[in-house]
This record gives sequence, C-alpha cells and structure tokens, in this order.
Amino acid sequence: MSEELHYKSASELSELLEKKELSSVDLTKAIIARTKAVEDKVGAFNSYDEADALAQAEASDARRAASASLGPLDGIPVGIKDNLAVNGQPLTCSSKMLEKFVSPYDATCIEKLKTQGAVLWGRLNLDEFAMGSSTENSAFKTTSNPWNLDCIPGGSSGGSAAAAAAGQAVMTLGSDTGGSIRQPASHCGVVGLKPTYGRVSRYGLAAFASSLDQVGPLTRSVKDAALLLQAISGHDERDSTSYKIAEPDFVAAIEKQRGHKWTLGLPKEYFATAANTPAMEPVLKAIEYYKSLGCEIKEVSLPHTDYAVATYYIVATAEASSNLARYDGIRYTHRAETFDAKDSVDIYCQSRAEGFGEEVKRRIILGTYVLSSGYYDAYYLKAQKARTLIRQDFENAFKEVDALLTPTSPSPAFKKGEKASDPLSMYLSDIYTISANLAGIPGMSLPCGYSDGLPVGLQILGKPFKEDELLSIAYEFEAGHDFKDQHPQL
Amino acid sequence: MEYEAVIGLEVHVQIKAESKIFSRVRAGYGHEPNKLVDPVVMGLPGALPVMNKAALDGIIKAGLALNCTIPETCKWDRKNYFYPDSPNNYQITQYDQPICDGGFVEIELPGETRGVMGEHKKIKLTRIHLENDVGKLNHFADDSLVDYNRAFTSLMEIVSEPDMHSGEEAFAFLTAIRQTMIYCGISDCDMEKGQMRADANISVRPIGQKELGQKIELKNLNSITGVKNGIEYEIKRQTRELKKGNVIKQATWRWNADLGQTEMMREKEDAHDYRYFPDPDLMPVRIDEDWKAKLRAEIPELPWDKQRRFMEEYGLPYSITAVLVPDRVLSDWFEAAVKQAPKLAQALGNLVANDLLRELSEADMALEECKITPDTLLGLVQVVEKGVIPKNVANKDVFPEMFKSGETAEQVIERKGLKPDFDEGQVKVWCQEAIDENPKPVQNYRDGNEKALNALLGPVMKKSKGKANPQLVNKLIRELID
Repeated sequence: MSEELHYKSASELSELLEKKELSSVDLTKAIIARTKAVEDKVGAFNSYDEADALAQAEASDARRAASASLGPLDGIPVGIKDNLAVNGQPLTCSSKMLEKFVSPYDATCIEKLKTQGAVLWGRLNLDEFAMGSSTENSAFKTTSNPWNLDCIPGGSSGGSAAAAAAGQAVMTLGSDTGGSIRQPASHCGVVGLKPTYGRVSRYGLAAFASSLDQVGPLTRSVKDAALLLQAISGHDERDSTSYKIAEPDFVAAIEKQRGHKWTLGLPKEYFATAANTPAMEPVLKAIEYYKSLGCEIKEVSLPHTDYAVATYYIVATAEASSNLARYDGIRYTHRAETFDAKDSVDIYCQSRAEGFGEEVKRRIILGTYVLSSGYYDAYYLKAQKARTLIRQDFENAFKEVDALLTPTSPSPAFKKGEKASDPLSMYLSDIYTISANLAGIPGMSLPCGYSDGLPVGLQILGKPFKEDELLSIAYEFEAGHDFKDQHPQL
Repeated sequence: MEYEAVIGLEVHVQIKAESKIFSRVRAGYGHEPNKLVDPVVMGLPGALPVMNKAALDGIIKAGLALNCTIPETCKWDRKNYFYPDSPNNYQITQYDQPICDGGFVEIELPGETRGVMGEHKKIKLTRIHLENDVGKLNHFADDSLVDYNRAFTSLMEIVSEPDMHSGEEAFAFLTAIRQTMIYCGISDCDMEKGQMRADANISVRPIGQKELGQKIELKNLNSITGVKNGIEYEIKRQTRELKKGNVIKQATWRWNADLGQTEMMREKEDAHDYRYFPDPDLMPVRIDEDWKAKLRAEIPELPWDKQRRFMEEYGLPYSITAVLVPDRVLSDWFEAAVKQAPKLAQALGNLVANDLLRELSEADMALEECKITPDTLLGLVQVVEKGVIPKNVANKDVFPEMFKSGETAEQVIERKGLKPDFDEGQVKVWCQEAIDENPKPVQNYRDGNEKALNALLGPVMKKSKGKANPQLVNKLIRELID
C-alpha cells in the first residue's frame, strides 16, 4: 500500500486518517519523498518547505489525536499554484519581478484551507503571471508533462496539473483565466474545475485579468474535485465580485444525482473546428458513452464563438496592463541595479524591462494599446459588447440543455518549444476554454482517453453556479471508466 | 480694451471616515510613516479593493448639501498613470458616471463694510466624484521616500463650472464649501492637513468675447487666502500679457506664497492618456431613494439658511450672525439660549459674539470646554433685564467670573456682593440731590437739549458706588424734572 500512498485520493486518505490507520506526518513524508523522487523529471515546483509542511502535518495529527479534526481535508497535502498568497511563503508568480517576494498575508482560499486543516505543500510552477498555455513562460523553469517528459504540461497551471498527475501532491489549486486549469488538466490526465466567476474569492490571487480569473481544484478524481471546491467556495467580504449564494454539498450532490439522465449539448461551432483534431476520437467516444447511459445528446449553436479569442485577448490584456502596473520597482518587486537616479520613470523602465518576460511584456503592450484614447471604443468597448453576446449564446443554449460537452483542447500536449515562437498558435490552444471565462460559467476537464499515449480531456461546460451538475455529469463518466487509476510511468 | 477673468476650481476634499476608502485600515494624519497600511494600501499582489460605505454616505451627503443630482447608479474606473505615491499605479475614480451631477454653491461676496451683507451668488458645479487619495513623496538630497499613510483615504473632487470671475469669488466659493462640509460633518477641511486642496483654471478674455481665453492651471494653492492671492496675481499677469499683445500658452503654474507670485511649472506636454476603463474589481453602486432620504435627514440646517433665519426670527443684525453662523457649534450653543428668550436675542448675541469669543480666545479654549452654559448665560442676561444689576456690571464683573468658575450669575452677584444694597427710593433721593447740585444741565435740558441730562448720570452713579442701574437713573431723573 505505502508505495502507492501518493496516488490515493483525498477521500480515501481522509478515511485512513480518520481511522488512525495513517498519520498526516507519514502521508506528508510520502508526498515529500515522491516529490523528491520525480521532481528532477517533472519540475512542477518553484519551491517547497519540508519543515513547514511537516509542522502542519504534526498539528493535524495532534488535532485528530484530540478528536478535534477540522474535517475531511485535515492532514491532506494540497499543492498551491505560485500565484496564490500564503503568509510567510514566497509568491513569485514565476516571475523574476517577484523572485524575492514573500507574502505577508493569506489568500482567502488559503485561509479556508488552513481553517480546514489542509497541509499546504509547495509553490507550483506556472506561466509567468499565469500568461501562457505551456509553463514555458515561467521565468524559472519549464515543467514537463509526466506522461511524456518532452512535452509541456499545459498552462498556465502546469505545475499544479503535473504535480497532481505525478503524485507530488494529493491535490492542487490552480487558477483559470482562459483555460489555465482545464487545459493543463486535460494534458496531464487529471480533473480540473474552473468554478463560476464569483464562486471562489479572488482575494490573494495575484490578478492577471480580474473579470476572468477564478481559483479552482486540480485532482485525480471527480470526488476530490468536489471536496476541494467545497473547501474553497463561498462569499468573501474582501472580494466585491464574490457572489452571495448558498453553497451546496458538492460531494453529497454527486452521489445523489447518480443515474440522472442529463440533456447534453454539443456546440456545433466547436465540433466543426475540432472535427479532425487528434483529441477528437476519445471525446466522441465519451459522447457515445453518455448516449449509452440514456442521456439525450443535442446539437446546439453558440453563434459568436468565432469572436471569443479576439474578445478574450482584448479584455484580458487590457485588465492585465493595469493589474501589472503595480510591479514597478518601487516597493517589493525587482529593482534594476542601475538606473538614472534623477528620473523616476527610468526606475520603472529598467526594472520592468528586466523583471518581466517576453509574453508578459507582449500582453502589457497589447492591453495598453487597446485602452488608449482613440482606440478604446474600437477595441475594449467592442470587446465588452461581444462578451455580452457570447454570454447570451450560452444562456440560450442552456435553455435547451443541462450542460455542454466539448474537447478541452484542440490537441494533446505538444512538444516543448513547438509553439514557443508562435504566440498566435499558442493563443489558439485556448480556443475551447476561453468562452467559459468570458461568460463567467463553470467548466471542467475530465480525462477521457489518450492520443499517442498522451491524455485527452473532455470539457463539460455548465450553467452558472451549477458546479454540482458538472461534477455529477463527470462522476457518471468516471464511474464507467478507469482513467482515474491510470498514472504516468515516471 | 477691458478684460475679464474666467475661473473654474477643482477642489479635493477628504471625507472623514474611520477607515480608508477601499480597505479596513484606519485613516488618519500625523502617524509614523507607513503605519496605516495593509495589503490593499500597499498594492500587494492579490489584494482587492472593497468600497467603504461611510465614504459613499459622505459624498452623497455632500452632493445633496450642494444641490447636486444623485443618479441612480454610478461606477468606478481606473485612471492609469505611473507615480511612486500611487501604490497600484492606477487611481480608482469615476470617469463618466460620477456619483453627483451638477449642483451649485451659494456664495457671499464681501459687503461694503464688515457689518453689511454682501451680494449672494450661485456658482455652478459640474460634478462631484469619489476617488482614492495617494501617498506622499518626501524628497531628500540624494533620494526620495514614500509614505503610504495617506494613500486610499476617501477623497472627493468637487469640480466647478468656469463660473467665477475674481479671486474674491473663488475665496467665497471655498469658504462656502468648507462651511458646508464642516456643518454636515463630512470633512474638517483643514488645508494644513491636506483635508482640502484646490487647483484653479484661470483664463482672461476681452469683455464681450464669447469664447474663453487660453487657460492655465494654477497649483500649490495651500490656503484659502493663497487661492485668492494666487488667482488675483495670475489675472493681473495674464491681462498684462494680453495688453502687450502676447499670447497665453497652455501651461501649469504654481503659486509661490513666500514670494507672492506665480511661477511656471511646466508647459503643456502631450495630453496624458490615462486609459480609463471600468474597474473590474468593484461593482457599480445603486443609490435608491431610501438611502438618499436617510442621508438628507442627517443634513443639518445649512449656514446661509441659518443666517437668514437668525436675522428674521430673532431680529439679529447681520454683523452678529456673520460671527455666529459660520461656526455650527457656536451657533447651536447660542440658539440653545436664545430660543428660551427670543426677545433677549440682541443682548445674548452681543455677549456670545464679543465677550464669550474674546474670553475663549484669550484662554485658548474650545467652546466645548467652556464652563458657561447657554442656560447660565441666559440667566445673566435675565438679571440685567430685571434690573437686578446694570449691564456694565454684568459684562465687566459677573461674566468673567462665570467664565472662570462656572457659577451662575446669581452666585457671582451674591459672592461678590454686587447686588445693590439700596432700593429705588434711595436712588430717587440721589437723583434729586444731583438735580439740585447741577442746575446748569437741568436748565439746558429744559431749554430743549435732550442730551444735557447725561451730565447727571455720573454723580448719581458715584453716589451709588456704580451699582445703580443707569436706565433706572435716567428714567427717574426725567420723571423728577418733568
């Protein structure tokens, strides 16, 4: 059993901990050992703090010994994307700009995990400031896909997906602005869920695009995704965009809704472009599976799909250009060693030139341009209007169906370096995921098969605040397959 | 050719609130640098702004007091620019949907003399919007340091139309805003603490010309007097330039109060592109009628209304109301006394506006610390009215004692034995003696010189050792002669 401890699910481990058949310290040690054993190959972590993790585990064991367990997550090591603030831990966003920054406060989702006893484990790699689809934009390292070390793990939550797939954490947190949870989850063969905008507080998530960002779970099973989503959800007074809505019991919901005959939509625009992509075959098989369960499959139309990528790259870059202005070389960020001391503008220019990577600069410039006077109406304002139309497309589709099924990504994980010099083709790898962020709806990716030995994800898009339905639909598929028990050979 | 000036003001006023506009950190002045900060104020990664309701209450109240329209919804925008005093390198402000639209400020220009009411005018406002204040840069020989204590203090910007024409009007405009804010408890408007700051846009044009002249922006106006002086200087300078046939160039100037002159800061640069866009971290705010009604009910009677009422209801002269009304606490204090005896308004008004303010100023005391209460002051005026002691004794001997000890007028009179130890009969005797001893003035009076009898007052007062009531003495002398 113990050699496979690192691949057990949180729900299994939670039971073992509760029955005192396992201690959090032993579990955490196993995760640390696994991390060290494969980290040279995977490279999922920007940093980790063994002593801190073990101290958290000891505290958890002490609580259990005193019958004061804080719930199912108490003692479970959870990996954290390095753009979420954890008090006393580095917060680099995989940027040279924040290489030396240590957060003096906890993000709300981190605070919630702490109050539920989770063992916060490590700082997981990402594309710099979550801008990218491969983790190749990290200033520190490129994470490898555990299924094929020559391939990228996806991004921007590549470290989170790879660590979950490689058993370097029981589960992980990521963030999703245009597919940054779902796309790497699909590439690494794990479950990834982007909640409805407003479901999870953004307080303490280093902002990329404020109106699109959401924190969510990456796990090896649907049930664990439900568990982790439950733990981090809820209204937060510190985030005005977090929504006041009752939190369902997601874990109970997926059991309760077993056997429900869902009406599932296939957006024809997605399948028209996806028809010949390598990721298509497992997705079509998954659709057949739902049919065989008695679900109704309907073709639906999302007529404004073609505008999604352009709309996204205007809204996201505009917000990013403003959000990243705070990294200026004045207070806590990288400051250039040499600059013209008589000219404060030169501190900005030199520090930002050195501190930001290529892709971040590209997006800041793009965002600055689309907000410029004279261009605002043509770009930003127009994009906001297009965004409304895209959201209405989904509202109309959801009048007919419970959820939509699509591929998560046009292709399985690509080779490192393959798209690094072609930003546009990189942007297009988000083509199926970004609309959910523009519309604010929840989406998840679920392992549904392989293409050339690389995992392929099925994307399920759902109605706002109906994550319980998404999870139930995914759970149904997972129960009929054994993908969750298949792990990469490392 | 004759010229006229056109002036618009942009006035920043800090709203008095416990915490900052977008964070729960305390707002304050005079603390050790960078103590009033948190992740939001420092612009740390992941920090998010959350609107402070007290700031909204403050600006809505200000808008209602300054006759603005409050639209049903307003929203928040980011104004993007890099400056070290701005933690996020954008300011959260209101671009195209401010919380207050239009409105006006009623001002009073100086009268012919200090005792005469001047002309009242309405100065139009464009808008009032809410935004965050920024930190403060401190420059030293080799470097500059930033203090973020002030950053994210609630700040409103009151923008006037180009509707003023002199330094005096600008002075009156700021004075009226300041009084209104203090009356409503929205801000203390202490310019030394930066709670109120003003920039002026000034242009000059030939009288009769419709289009505005080229404006310059005048900064560094650190006091209300500075605003007046700076504007007056700048009007003269621009008029002189135009008369010489020179062209005014768009530029930003600063007022140098030490030298008493304006100096050019910078010529027009390329217009700043602030790349305004709606702040995605904050929701628009809807302001319903109930909210407005609740705040409207909290607005006290405003200074001009109170002044007009004091003059009508209590028959007070303008000069006294002009002293009492600008200070809400003082005028409320005064009214607590006068509403019990409106007929004694003049006597009470004089005592408050002259004696009380003088004593307070000499003792360097605030009204709140004063031992005299509205009731005891009224008691003093009433003993004079009843003829118990003469007014001069009341003002000179009793009032200062009351101020020191907090005793009632009766207690002071009793303790110091100021009450006359004789009756009216005795006064009559002294009057008759005085008439007999001074035949000349009496004859003059009989010949028609009314004032001649004043000469008899002194001798009677002397006989009474200053305790006789002068009004009574006058009355008795006349009765005895007639």
